[in-house]
Parts: sequence; structure tokens; C-alpha cells
Amino acid sequence: MRYLLRRALHAAFLLFGVSLLTFLFSALTPGSYFDEMRLNPQIAPATILALRAQYQLDRPLPVRYLHWLTAVAHGELGFSFAYNSPVAPLLWTRARNTLLLTVTAMLLAWLVALPLGIWSAAKFGRAADRIVSSATAALLVVPDLVLALGLLILAVRTGWFPTGGLVSVGFDALSPLQKFRDLVLHMTLPVAALALAALPTLIRHIRASVAEALEAPFIRAAVSHGIPHRKLLFGYALRAAANPLIALFGFSVGTLLSGSLLVEVVMSWPGLGPLLLEAILARDLYVVLGGVLFSMIFLVAGNLFADVLLFWADPRIRIEASPK
Amino acid sequence: MYNGVEGPPLAHSMTPLLTVENLQVSYSARTGEVCPALAGVNFGLAPGEILGVLGESGSGKSTLAASLLRLLSSNGKVEKGSLLFEGKDLREANHQDLRKIRGGRIGLILQEPSSSLHPTIRIDQQVGDVLAAHEFLDRRALDEKTSRLLASVFPTDAERIARSYPHELSGGQRQRVLIAQAIACRPSLVVADEPTASLDPTTQHEILQLFRTLRQKLGLAIIFITHNPALLAEFADRILVLYAGRVAEIGPAAQVLTSPQHPYTAALLRCLPAPIDTERIARQARLNVIGGDPPDLSLHARGCQFEPRCMEKMEVCKSSEPAAEEVSNLHEVSCFKFAG
Amino acid sequence: MQPLLKVENLVKHYAPRNSRSSSREHLTALDGVSLSIAPQTTLALVGESGSGKSTLALCIACLEPPTSGSIWFEGIDVAALNKNSQRQLRPQIQLVFQDPAASLNPRWTALDLITEPLVIQRRFSKAERTLRALKLLDRVGLPRKLAARRADELSGGQKQRLAIARALALGPKLLVLDEALSALDCSVQAQISNLLLDLQSSLGLTYLFITHDFAMAAHVADQIAVMHRGRIVESGPTETILHKPSHRTTRSLLAATPRPLEPQHSHALVNA
Repeated sequence: MRYLLRRALHAAFLLFGVSLLTFLFSALTPGSYFDEMRLNPQIAPATILALRAQYQLDRPLPVRYLHWLTAVAHGELGFSFAYNSPVAPLLWTRARNTLLLTVTAMLLAWLVALPLGIWSAAKFGRAADRIVSSATAALLVVPDLVLALGLLILAVRTGWFPTGGLVSVGFDALSPLQKFRDLVLHMTLPVAALALAALPTLIRHIRASVAEALEAPFIRAAVSHGIPHRKLLFGYALRAAANPLIALFGFSVGTLLSGSLLVEVVMSWPGLGPLLLEAILARDLYVVLGGVLFSMIFLVAGNLFADVLLFWADPRIRIEASPK
Repeated sequence: MYNGVEGPPLAHSMTPLLTVENLQVSYSARTGEVCPALAGVNFGLAPGEILGVLGESGSGKSTLAASLLRLLSSNGKVEKGSLLFEGKDLREANHQDLRKIRGGRIGLILQEPSSSLHPTIRIDQQVGDVLAAHEFLDRRALDEKTSRLLASVFPTDAERIARSYPHELSGGQRQRVLIAQAIACRPSLVVADEPTASLDPTTQHEILQLFRTLRQKLGLAIIFITHNPALLAEFADRILVLYAGRVAEIGPAAQVLTSPQHPYTAALLRCLPAPIDTERIARQARLNVIGGDPPDLSLHARGCQFEPRCMEKMEVCKSSEPAAEEVSNLHEVSCFKFAG
Repeated sequence: MQPLLKVENLVKHYAPRNSRSSSREHLTALDGVSLSIAPQTTLALVGESGSGKSTLALCIACLEPPTSGSIWFEGIDVAALNKNSQRQLRPQIQLVFQDPAASLNPRWTALDLITEPLVIQRRFSKAERTLRALKLLDRVGLPRKLAARRADELSGGQKQRLAIARALALGPKLLVLDEALSALDCSVQAQISNLLLDLQSSLGLTYLFITHDFAMAAHVADQIAVMHRGRIVESGPTETILHKPSHRTTRSLLAATPRPLEPQHSHALVNA
């Protein structure tokens, strides 16, 4: 249990550090949301000063940070200048959309990658493996942007899929089944783009770790005991390859919020991506901070999740020595 | 096949369990060149017999173990010869037959006890898996059989060990688990490749004792591969000496160790430090060595492979390879000293 | 004569490996070990695995700090020195491990491996280092043409010779040989043990020879110390330990030592 506690403390510390750094960096970036207002002759300088005071931009940095931290501790993430509304509910709606997309894509990618990677490792160096390897290599060199754009072109040409948005106009009038169908159709392209982008890395990692596990002496020993092939692959080799794969899984959980920004922007999916992009361009400070904080929480939680899984999967970690 | 032999059986008195004839195994390098690892290996093994295979690194002793179970690495190939086991040629066995023979009829114990067990699976499951691979057993019968099996190799503490993971065990305990796996399905032959090399003498001694007990109880035949002649003295019935992939000498253990006939065997035994009972005055300051290095088999040198290092070489040794000659009952030597 | 190395009441504790077993506070690897080695002699340390032999080796080579006790090397208490002074002393005491394959980077050439300690200690020019390395190769009986070979292209015996050459590079006085022969074939063991004896007489080396092989210990050592559960249970001249063992552990180790049947034309067999 000490191990888990240590990992959790580590995670909390990491979060704190990152929040401090992001706050610092965003405060150091030149310009603020109100700079553009200053160019507008219709707004009196006094108004801008008042606004700055209202959002506490005139206070010194440490004070602002502490203030923000207290607010975060109470579940408030500050106020958006552009939307003129609290940041938390704003982010939450968008984060939900993003999660819908990324969780689906991640599950799909793992479901495809696991059998393919294991199969490829079992046929290591043979024709089947070479085909999988070349395919993943080809997929790996295609930039995500090109992939997303390619899928969009496909959608436009064929007209099979809508080219953007979460649901169609008039969604509310549809029956539950039609609603589901509409959502699936809208999700297909972004999910495909995300899954395809994640696949090559996953397959290659799974293939490499399973292939390495298959080389281990205990696999040879298991073969010499007549353990059936299927059990050898899934019961022994996969289990031996589990540690790096669990770490990888934790990482993919970690990137659930931040990994899809580009695809969301390109495919106009109303997730965190477009929101953050606008916020950054407009210097909407607290939205940016909140967004980064959200993704960080996910990244840290993903790693913590992987640690818990590792703890569960590997007895050696459970009995790990406390430092000498 | 179990005949409840008490003590070493006489090799010639019954039908052999295993007959290896003219076995030739090669490895092909990536460059395409073929390197022979075993050539013209002949020997038989009686049920319940312990055959010690003595050889140094590169002699082909691990290749011999692997080819008996058709477990050669992908670049290795049995080129010639036959491996007759329980009346069937192992070379002709298909995938399914092989899976049943491995662990079912022939148990293998590999070199490193620390790496031959899966690191994250509990001992009872790893042992149970071997049983389950060869017999249809329900959960309860399997558990029961597993614990009985573990109890047979761990007189005390079997239950705790069953629940452990490999890293929680000592080297000797791991070796006992490997033995339990190898004998799980009552095979008639166990091939043990350097099973005690990494253990200290006390544990080594206990493991050898365990092997002897199992042979006695189950009528197991054992092929015991080692580089240490001292281990075989009180253990093996017969000894096969491998050099450069060839059988240099094969014969009853006591004869091979006390009056080695092949120049290589003799030289190898002279390398050992004096037994600990020897008085210091009688010890030599320097040990005898065999001059030169083992041959590079990929060069396909002609003649006797030991010739460059041999103290008793003759003209004929350079050009042709000696065949096995019987020097006394059951004692065969491949050396021109005994030809003709 | 003043001993080259004198270990007094050395204790080494490790933090518990198993966090669940809180019953014991720590693991005692060394429990008050004392020994001394006279210059240019060999002390064999014999014991089962887990008896603390390797921990003792690491402590003596300044690679693990002992919990308490002292290690006197030429009259200086090594254990009491600070890191910096230890670093200056370290070339004097060199360690050779059991598995040369694991202690030598397989992708380096023999020459790189031998000169590395000299590079680290910033000694000599490049040309001089190479010259010294070649001389070391001669010393350990490796042909000079092997200098350019990578470690993984060498045989087990050649690797162990290389490991010894590397240990000799800084001109040590004490070699700690931790199971240095155990992984080798018998014929190679004989070669390396001869090499060690030659080096001892030509360079005046002192050996701490750690092994579980009583026969080899008896062959190379002047003194034998038997270790059991972190303690030295018996020590003395080789002859005494072999023929008049007093401790139970020694007797059981001797009993477990395999005795080769004597080839008739080899050593004279004398019954004790």
C-alpha cells in the first residue's frame, strides 16, 4: 500500500507544480484580453481599468495565483472574459464531448491493436508480420492533419458522413434510435481519425513487447511442458508483456483530453479543442488555465491508474523494496 | 512403461527407451553459412537409466537437449539421423504429437531456474498449467494433483511455496518447482540441461538426491547434461562425453571417470583441482590445462576435431575422423588409438 | 606482518525487502564480520548463496557503505573515509565478477574496455593508454590481435581474462574475485586459476577469493574463511579447515562438495 500512497502523493505534487508553471507562463505571455479593447475608442480607459480590477488583473502575480488556487479548491475555475460566464460549466460541457470522442476512439484502437499486435508478434518476421509492420509504418508517417483532412475529403465526396458538428439540426425531434444513429454518424469520422492515428504506435508497442516476451526463457520452458499455443500467447506472453503495455494504456488514458485537439478543430467537433484554440487566440486567461488543468488532471490520473494496474498485475511491484 | 527399477538397470538387458542414431544438427547463420553443432551422435538409453552428458560450452550439449524435444531455435535444423523414442521417431511427429510428448512423455529442465518460471504467475498455477495441458481435470482434481505434486518435491513448506511467486523463492526452491513441472505428467524421460550450475554445493547435493529419489520412485530415465565431471561421479550410470558436437567417449560412469580412454576426456579430468581430501603437499601449484581453444565448427575442419589440441595425435588424425570403437563392454571411444 | 586488509566487526543492514513483514526491522546481511589478509596471499571466502559473501565484497570494494565496523586497508579505515578519499583509494581495490558477460559492455572493444578505467581516472595520454592496454593483454594471455574485437565476440574464458585485465589496469593491490571462476568450464577454470596464480607472484597481488566451490578454494587459497548467515563461523589455514573442520557449516559444505573419481594416472591420492 505504501507504493500506491507514494504514487498518489507524487501525482498530487506533479499537479501542483504544473498548475504553478502554467499560471506563470500564461501570466508572462505578452498582452491580455483587454488589450484589444484599448484600441476601441468607444470604451473608456476607466472602464478597462475597472474590468481589470474586477478580474484582479491588477494584483501581483502570487496573490492572483493563490486566489485562483483557492477558487480551484472550491471547484471554481475563474471567469471567462469572452463568454462572460464561469469557466467550469463551460469546460465541463466541452470536456464531455471530447471524452465521448476520445474514449470511443481509444477503446476501438486498443481492441484492434491488441489482437493485431499479438498476432504479428506470433508470426514475427514472417509474411503476415511484415504486412502488418509495413502498414503501421505507412500509417505512422502520415501526419494526423493529413489523415483528418483525407477523411473529410472522403466524407465530402461520398456524402456518407456529415462533415462536422456533434449532431444534426433538428436532433431533438428525432426518436431515440434515430438520435443514436445520428450521433454515431457524426462520430465516425473523428473517431476514425483518432483511432487510425493511435493504431500504429499501439500495434508496434504491443508487437514489440509480446515478441520480446516470446523470446524469454520461461516461454521456451512452457513450450517444453507442452502448454498449448493459445495459452502460451495470451496467458504467458501477453502477461509477461503486460508492464510496458499497462504504462502505455495509462498514457493513452492520460491523453484522452489533450490528444484530440487537432482533430476536433479540423472536424469542427464541439469539444475542448476549438474552445481552447479560441481562448488562446483571445487570451481568455482562465479558460486556458482551466483547459490545461483539466488535461493535466487526466494525464496524472492516467499515470496513477497505470500504477494501480501495475500494482495489481505484478507481484514484484507489490513487494518492491522500500529504498535502502 | 514404468517398471519400478531399483537402482541402475543394465543398459543392454532391455529394449531401449531412446535410441539416437547418427544425429546431425546444424545452425544456419544469417550470412547463409551452415555451422554443424552435432554430427554422427549415437547413443541409447534404457528405461530408468541416468546418462550423464559431459561437455564444455560449444560442445553441442544444449543442442542435444533441444533436439530431443524438437525445440531447436528457428535457425537450427536436424539434418540427418533418427530419434527413436518409445518406438516412434520424434523427427516424424507432427505439431500435436509433439505438444503431447513435451511435458507428457519427456520432461525438460532448462539451465536457469531463475528465468525458466513466469515472473508474474503463482507457482501452483504454473505447475497446474502443465497438468492441465496434458490431462482433462476439473478444478478440484487439478488443485489436488498440483498440491500432491508440489508436496512430493517439497517435503516441508509445499503450501507456502504453492502460493508464492518465483521471485520469493530461493534458487534451490525454483529448481524444485521446475522438477515438479517436468515430472508432473509422469514422463518416462527427463532431460536436465545444467540444472544445478547456478546452485551452491549444498543445494546441488540436495537436488541430485531428489533426482535419484524420483528415478527410484517413478522409474524415470534421466539425461543429465553438465560441464562438471565431479557431479557425475556418484550420480550417473553411464557418461557420454561430447566434444565439438561429436561423441568422444561413452561408457559406464566409473570407467569413464577413473580410466578415461579418449585423450580429451583424460585431459579434461586432469584439469580439475585435486579432491578436497588430498593433502596440500600432494596438490599441484598449477592445474593442468588443455592447450589451445575449442575448434570453430563453422570452418568444417577435416579430421578429428580434437587433433589440434591432442597430446597423442597421429598422422591419420589430421585427415579423417575416427569412428566409435568398443574398448571394453559398453565402453566406446572415438579415437584412432583404438582403430583396427 | 601487517595485513593488507583487515575487516573488523563489519555489520551491514538492508531495509526490509518485504513491506508486509513488519516483524523484522531490517535484513542483516553482515553480522559482525572480521577477517584479515596478509599481503600477497589468498584468502578464500566459502559459503552458501545468501550467506553474505557478495555483500562483503561490495563493502570492501567501497561500493556499499557498511552500517558499522571498519575496513582497514594498509592501515587506513576505508569505511570512515569520505566519498572523495574513497575514490582516490578505489583503484587499489578491484572487483572481478562471476559473469564477465554481464560486467563488460558487449559492444565495446577489448581495448576500450581496458583503457576505460584509465580514461576515467584521467591517467596518461591516449597513446600511452593504448600501449598499457596491449601490455595488459599480454599479461593475461590474450593475443594482441583481440584488442579490436568486441566483447561479445570473445569466448567465456577470453571475457574473464579481459575482465581481469581491466581490473589490473589501475595497478591494484587487492583483487576481490567474486565467484570469478564459477561460470566457466572446467578446462577454462584451470587456465584462469593458473593465470591468477601467475599474476599473484609476478605482480605481488593479494586475493580475496569468494566462491562456493570448496575444491577450487582449497586449490588457490592460503587461508579459508567459512561464512554462514552473515558471520564467519570458522577460519584458518587451508589445511586445517579441510582436514580438521570444527564448525557444522564447514563440515556440511565439505560433505556436499562433489568428489570426482580419481583418474588413475593423475594426482596421487593420499587418504587423510
